[in-house]
Amino acid sequence: MVISTFLQFLFSGITVGATYALAALGFTLIYNSSNVINFAQGEFIMLGGMLAAYFSQMGCALPIAFILAVLVPSLVGITLEKFAIEPAKNANTVSLIIITIGASLVIRGLIQVWLGKNMFSLAAFSSDLPIHILGATLLPQSLWILTLTAILVLALWYFFRHTLTGKAMLATSMNRTAAELIGINTNHILLLSFAMSAGLGAIGGIMVTPITMTSYDVGIMLGLKGFIGAVVGGLGNGLGAVLGGLLVGILEAMGAGYISSAYKDAIPFVLILLILFFLPRGLCGGKSSDRV
Amino acid sequence: MVANRQIGCNVQKNSFLGLGVVIIILVILPFVLPNSFYLDLAIRMAINAIIVIGLNLLIGFAGQISLGHAGFLGIGAYASAVLPTHFGVHPLLAIGIGATVAAAIAGIIAKPIFKLKGNYLAMATLGLGIIIHITIRNEARWTGGPDGMAVPAFALGGFELSSDKQWYWVVAVLLSFCVWSSLNIINSPFGRALRALHGSEIAAQVVGVNVVRYKVSIFVLSAVFASIMGSMTAHYVGFVSPNIADFFQSIELVTMVVIGGMASVFGSLLGAVIITALPQALAAFEGWETIVIGSIFMLCMIFLPKGLVPTLAAKFGPGR
Repeated sequence: MVISTFLQFLFSGITVGATYALAALGFTLIYNSSNVINFAQGEFIMLGGMLAAYFSQMGCALPIAFILAVLVPSLVGITLEKFAIEPAKNANTVSLIIITIGASLVIRGLIQVWLGKNMFSLAAFSSDLPIHILGATLLPQSLWILTLTAILVLALWYFFRHTLTGKAMLATSMNRTAAELIGINTNHILLLSFAMSAGLGAIGGIMVTPITMTSYDVGIMLGLKGFIGAVVGGLGNGLGAVLGGLLVGILEAMGAGYISSAYKDAIPFVLILLILFFLPRGLCGGKSSDRV
Repeated sequence: MVANRQIGCNVQKNSFLGLGVVIIILVILPFVLPNSFYLDLAIRMAINAIIVIGLNLLIGFAGQISLGHAGFLGIGAYASAVLPTHFGVHPLLAIGIGATVAAAIAGIIAKPIFKLKGNYLAMATLGLGIIIHITIRNEARWTGGPDGMAVPAFALGGFELSSDKQWYWVVAVLLSFCVWSSLNIINSPFGRALRALHGSEIAAQVVGVNVVRYKVSIFVLSAVFASIMGSMTAHYVGFVSPNIADFFQSIELVTMVVIGGMASVFGSLLGAVIITALPQALAAFEGWETIVIGSIFMLCMIFLPKGLVPTLAAKFGPGR
């Protein structure tokens, strides 16, 4: 009994945590390449879920709906970088934060005007029949989420280790001027990082929608929790971001189950205060995250 | 050195000239405003201006952002709502208790955070603000939950503050006092230490400025400003809901600071006036408000990253 409830909370925590992990990775990608904390990250998650639901309602086959729901947010990410972040390159941190918050309001507002305020749902990728493990139930969708997240993380690892573009991106995040000197077009890298992080967010949003449903305003909370995941893992650290996102999801589910479901949303924010007080560099951050 | 002092004097003279202009406008305003709708708008602008001036001391002079300042507004507002309603506390005492709680929380949070470098305060205050918002929403027994609660009128002795005219004068006096004291703070040794912090923390430390203590004090001060004005808003409107403490409210406050101009007291005034008027001005765009507000945030930051007042001052002001 004790084990089965614990497992139940763990399953739901890991499932949601995977979405936070992808959002946290998105934050990390953009932060590393441009030093911008992108508060519009949550809107990419919302866009992914909403667009997938919309296109599949319009009668698109699921795979096509998914591809569109990843491509469109990526284009939005590129537009954001090109027309809002790049022109304000020399602005200070606060101004950049407000630009991304403005962008998130615009994206949310457009979706609200276009698709309305209703909840949208999406069919699960395969069967709806729950699997029973030690008395706890696991939805097949959760397995999809975990598998896809793992594949994405591995693909990213390969990208940064073994491809020229990935290495150029790493170089840009370490030292922008030096990267430019050896002939890397850092503007392209910046565009790519926004496209990738928007795409990652959108995939997270699509995967979790069959379980949680979605609406135009889910982006803020999802984005903030992803951000906390990134900070918990040590802002700027990719592996840390994934672990941080999962940890935020698990603690949230445990807190909701064992402490109070009304305060579920407060748990990640308590976590961030504790981390800042006791482990200011995050769980995995060895290096200083104060970038001058 | 002499030239420097000369410039310092000019800045000081200009600032206090500005204070005079603000007071004259505040005195004339109620006589030229056509109806109570505009008077109400003016009162809300002035309340926001006081909060934003406090926040600007933190952002503009100590170089730290708070993404949870609405949380302090919420503490003040609900102290003034809950304490007199459920415990019969005198409204004036309730304002004091709210401000003390806000100061204590700000102090406890700030001490360890300011020992770190970088923008950790932004993350900590973001978390703090949301925790306060969620707590207010969930403790329905005391706060009425998401529906909010009524706030008793503000009465002192036998006198009750009720009409908009009376509120206007109270808020106008508070605002003038706030502008005057902020200008004084900025031109005091404390203010010079703050500016030194913003310039170079290490240099400030070398000449003997206790960096952590100064930052904590300015954060606590701005939290107290916000809490007191939260109380005033609650009494003025006669009603509070958890929205007063939500994340968007915090963002709006930061935007007022940045659009007006960081480290500019008069910029804060202008920023508060513009952003408070925005929803009214946008009433025609029904359904599209969020999109228009978001676009304005972005355009201002892209084209006027220094904010309105410093940009205009650099263009038209003396000593170009």
